[in-house]
Amino acid sequence: MLTERRTLLTGGAALAALPAIPMARAQANTLRIGVLTDISGTYRDPTGPGSVSCTEQAVAEFQGRGLNVEVLRADHQNRPDVGANIARQWFDQGVDAIVDVPTSSVALAINQIAREKNKVFLNSGAATSDLTGPACSPNTVHWTYDTYMLAKSTGGALTRSGGDSWFFITADYAFGHALQRDATSFIEAAGGRVAGSVRYPFPATTDFSSFMVQAQASRAKVLGLCNAGTDTLNTIKQAREFGLTSRMKIAGLLLSMAEVHTLGLDTAQGLVLTEPFYWNANDRTRAFTTRVRPRLSNGWPPTQIQAGCYAVTLHYLKAVADMGVAAAKASGTDAVARMKAMPTDDDAFGAGMIRPDGRKIHPTYLWEVKSPRESSGPWDYYKLAATTPAEEAFRPMAQGGCPLVRS
Amino acid sequence: MAAPASGSFEALAAENEALWGFTKPQLIALGLMLVGILVAPAILYPIFLMKVLCFALFACAFNLLIGYVGLLSFGHAAYFGMGGYLAGHAAKAWGLTPEASILMGGLAGMLLGWVIGWLAIRRQGIYFAMITLAMAQMVYFFCVQAPFTGGEDGIQAIPRGRLFGMIDLSADTTMYWLVAGVFVAGFLFIHRVIHSPFGQVMTAIRENEPRATSLGYRAEHYKLMAFVISAALSGVAGATKALVFGIATLTDVFWTMSGEVVLMSLVGGLGTLFGPVAGAAIIITMQNYLAEYGAWVTVIQGIIFVLCVLVFRRGVVGEIGRFLKVRL
Repeated sequence: MLTERRTLLTGGAALAALPAIPMARAQANTLRIGVLTDISGTYRDPTGPGSVSCTEQAVAEFQGRGLNVEVLRADHQNRPDVGANIARQWFDQGVDAIVDVPTSSVALAINQIAREKNKVFLNSGAATSDLTGPACSPNTVHWTYDTYMLAKSTGGALTRSGGDSWFFITADYAFGHALQRDATSFIEAAGGRVAGSVRYPFPATTDFSSFMVQAQASRAKVLGLCNAGTDTLNTIKQAREFGLTSRMKIAGLLLSMAEVHTLGLDTAQGLVLTEPFYWNANDRTRAFTTRVRPRLSNGWPPTQIQAGCYAVTLHYLKAVADMGVAAAKASGTDAVARMKAMPTDDDAFGAGMIRPDGRKIHPTYLWEVKSPRESSGPWDYYKLAATTPAEEAFRPMAQGGCPLVRS
Repeated sequence: MAAPASGSFEALAAENEALWGFTKPQLIALGLMLVGILVAPAILYPIFLMKVLCFALFACAFNLLIGYVGLLSFGHAAYFGMGGYLAGHAAKAWGLTPEASILMGGLAGMLLGWVIGWLAIRRQGIYFAMITLAMAQMVYFFCVQAPFTGGEDGIQAIPRGRLFGMIDLSADTTMYWLVAGVFVAGFLFIHRVIHSPFGQVMTAIRENEPRATSLGYRAEHYKLMAFVISAALSGVAGATKALVFGIATLTDVFWTMSGEVVLMSLVGGLGTLFGPVAGAAIIITMQNYLAEYGAWVTVIQGIIFVLCVLVFRRGVVGEIGRFLKVRL
């Protein structure tokens, strides 16, 4: 019997020792910002702890203006149910704004909850353009990028600069289909054509070799990848093994610096991708990178999503300072309305504005990855291939189907 | 009432049935649980409690199958998730009231359970588990592709609606009482099933299927019925969860969810009435309060699973029952 009793005691002790999530204590004058991001999963590198650091950087830069700001963090594990649960709990315990939220499904869930609770949702990490389309909300700002802008820049600008015939490898689910559909419309509008496409079962496809052969046979100039994360990495590696990179340009529709870094320049050279922020783009982005880099635990320069977290938090704090903490805490809608009324300006994205549908607009850049020989040092990865001006980069409001715009 | 066939402590406790098929210790435990359900929302966060209750019902439904018929289904996520999807779709697209949506979810679980169960019960042991897993993965891939599930995004913004068209459920506390009601009803129903003659035959099949067959029972009918009941209740649990969170996603149909419910039942105690409830509470509490440690949650869950298998074989409630020499 002794064994059993001891087992029970151990179990009880283990349970009692569980640390609890630090509860947010309500203080009337403190602004509470929660960074809800992917701390343990696929998107850890482009978002994750770096998003938290960049948010803290914005808060630090705003210090001394009479605002008391507390930054919380949590991991949504890329699961909408987990994210929704945390968001509800945070909002109920006095968090005023949620920042970042990569993974579209989680972002759409938080979008709904922020509206329901009249709080603020500052999205940087999610790709879906529905956030400022059918699902748009007076409580949401979508800052960094979206699928429409990626497709337009990668599809349209690349076609205009000579890549006028395409072959798509597409993940066979709604997200992949949407990317391919959007990219196709821009390619055709720019005078290009789609030579062929192939859909692969998602998830759980790791062998892309047969698709590589098909892509090669199509004689298209560009291989478009309508997938994300590990799948993209696998396709690129296999395209390289098949020698496709010497004959075709590979354009990842959802690809970022984190993936390029993972692949290494040797494999990634020649890839074409779209990002509105690159740390080495100009003096202001370099200045921002120098300031924030000591905070980043992995020592990387900030990614576009992390920079977006910085910029959107900074703008939010400006709006709060302008309208007063009490008013900003009382109504998320008012705080976002004030954000939309003020022009934006920060080191990461330059001057810009937030449209009535919640879309932040800024110029977007098409980058080509340098070869190891062209790269002059660590993290010197991109050379500029094309620029899309802010007014043209994002979906026109009238086409988005956002109910806020019509009324 | 016939004495249960297995376990020395079960036999010891079987004689003192007090009320409605509950033994005295079970009545006490039930009382404690009901008091807990009544008091908890005053202390703890209601959404967290609702989650615990949904998973407790799910684990109880699963336990009905493994604990009392001895069938290890590794595909219960299919009924849980599909119940959530159908309830979400019913509430959002068809505008059904919440109680009707939950029933829709239960119905979805039941029909799916009927089809999968009909196939799976033809095999035993590991083959049974593998068939249920394979079928559940088919359901998962169907959900990835089907237009009404919204693929990766899931069904978002499911309205909680008005109960019977009258009571507004948008407040968490109101919703809590509905969830608590659904859970208690499901729990008592499972208890009733176990303590019916039907339940006795189920246990007999678990202990010795050829003997049950030789006594004239059609084992397959009983197994299928148990499977369908379990699947339907899982569907109800999934549907309730979808309404609580306003979202139905792929997480709930993925095989890891099937694994989680196995874990909950194991931690709590297989074949005990209260075990799955305790197991669900423990696992959900861990997931909730350890969320900030990210991937470590899974590691800790794994360690607990190993501990259970090695030293805690009867689960928390099972071990307590053994210690106190009662059946819980």
